[in-house]
Amino acid sequence: MAKRESNFKNMFVTLFLVTLASSAALGFIYELTKKPINDALIYKKTLAVHIVLPEFDNDPFENVKRVPVGNDTLSVYKGSMNGEITGVAVETSSPGYGGDIRMLIGFLPDGTIREVAVLEHKETAGLGDKILKSKSDFPVQFEGKNPEHFRLAVSKDGNGDVDAITASTISSRAYCAALKKAYDAFKKSDIK
Amino acid sequence: MNNLKNFTKGFISENPVFVLFLGLCPTLGTSNSAINGLSMGLATTFVLVLSNLVISSISRFIPDKVRIPAYIVVIASFVTVVDFLMKAYLNTPGKNFEPSIYDQLGIFIPLIVVNCIVLGRAEAYASKNPVKSSLIDGLGMGLGFAFALFLLGSVRELLGNGSILGFKFIRGDGVLLFVSPPGAFLALGFLIMLMRMLNQRLAKN
Repeated sequence: MAKRESNFKNMFVTLFLVTLASSAALGFIYELTKKPINDALIYKKTLAVHIVLPEFDNDPFENVKRVPVGNDTLSVYKGSMNGEITGVAVETSSPGYGGDIRMLIGFLPDGTIREVAVLEHKETAGLGDKILKSKSDFPVQFEGKNPEHFRLAVSKDGNGDVDAITASTISSRAYCAALKKAYDAFKKSDIK
Repeated sequence: MNNLKNFTKGFISENPVFVLFLGLCPTLGTSNSAINGLSMGLATTFVLVLSNLVISSISRFIPDKVRIPAYIVVIASFVTVVDFLMKAYLNTPGKNFEPSIYDQLGIFIPLIVVNCIVLGRAEAYASKNPVKSSLIDGLGMGLGFAFALFLLGSVRELLGNGSILGFKFIRGDGVLLFVSPPGAFLALGFLIMLMRMLNQRLAKN
């Protein structure tokens, strides 16, 4: 088969047509997947809120409070039943071993940690990813503890009550730091 | 070469990972569990089949000097399509909030675009062969890649975690080394050795 000659006009026209066709195709796919992508993200957050909060009948995504802690601003969602606050969820993050660990923490109205969901992390598989409840019991030690008395730091650092994950102290520290930030936001948000 | 041989060469005799040593970056990076390896392999297969199809049908209209940029544009478009589709449909976390497949593969999906197998098959095969055999070549090579990643992922998950595809076979934690990066090199090395022995045995018979 005879190839087209590589002169300027041919090359210009070919590349133009190829890029035009591919950008048109991508635009089409983008429009097509826009809604499902957004739905997936919303589903993820809704699932997390349902996991960390006690039963609620309001829409936690209404009136989201933005609370500044340090040089970060955290989102605070509240859950209520018949108008009474049942729990508060705080979205928080902290740099771990492989990148930011984003978590959603559920607090009971008195400040007790109810449940934690990790939204996003890049910790090492088999080591740092034990911060996930599906991988180890590390996160269980926080449940039912009130940071008022439970010191959120790794015990081998000398000032905390947390048993770190073996060989993943950095991930454990990040987890505690994120929790502490969330607790500060919870206290500051003053939701009663 | 007949169609069947063209299809099966990607699995054993010209396997991208075990024989050609192409695309080792995603191989080592995403094979920490069987499901991750398999999903990565299938995503690559999708790109490989479609890019082979398009490139073999347009290659005779493309002047030689701009063929590589043109192929890369085609490949990059299909990779973006895969990325969008996975973000939309494989991004659901499990009941206990286990990360979704899309979250686990992370950066490696956009990186399919620089996978040597994809451009390699476009340049070495699809640009010189008719559409039908390019399609078969892409499918065989892609599934061969997926097979290699699934095998490596299963070995690493079994040794490192005691499970395959999440089903526990061995009690306890397993050897953590195998799910971490050095374990990827070790497991791949031994698998290549076994595949070579198998290949030689097949060649003798």
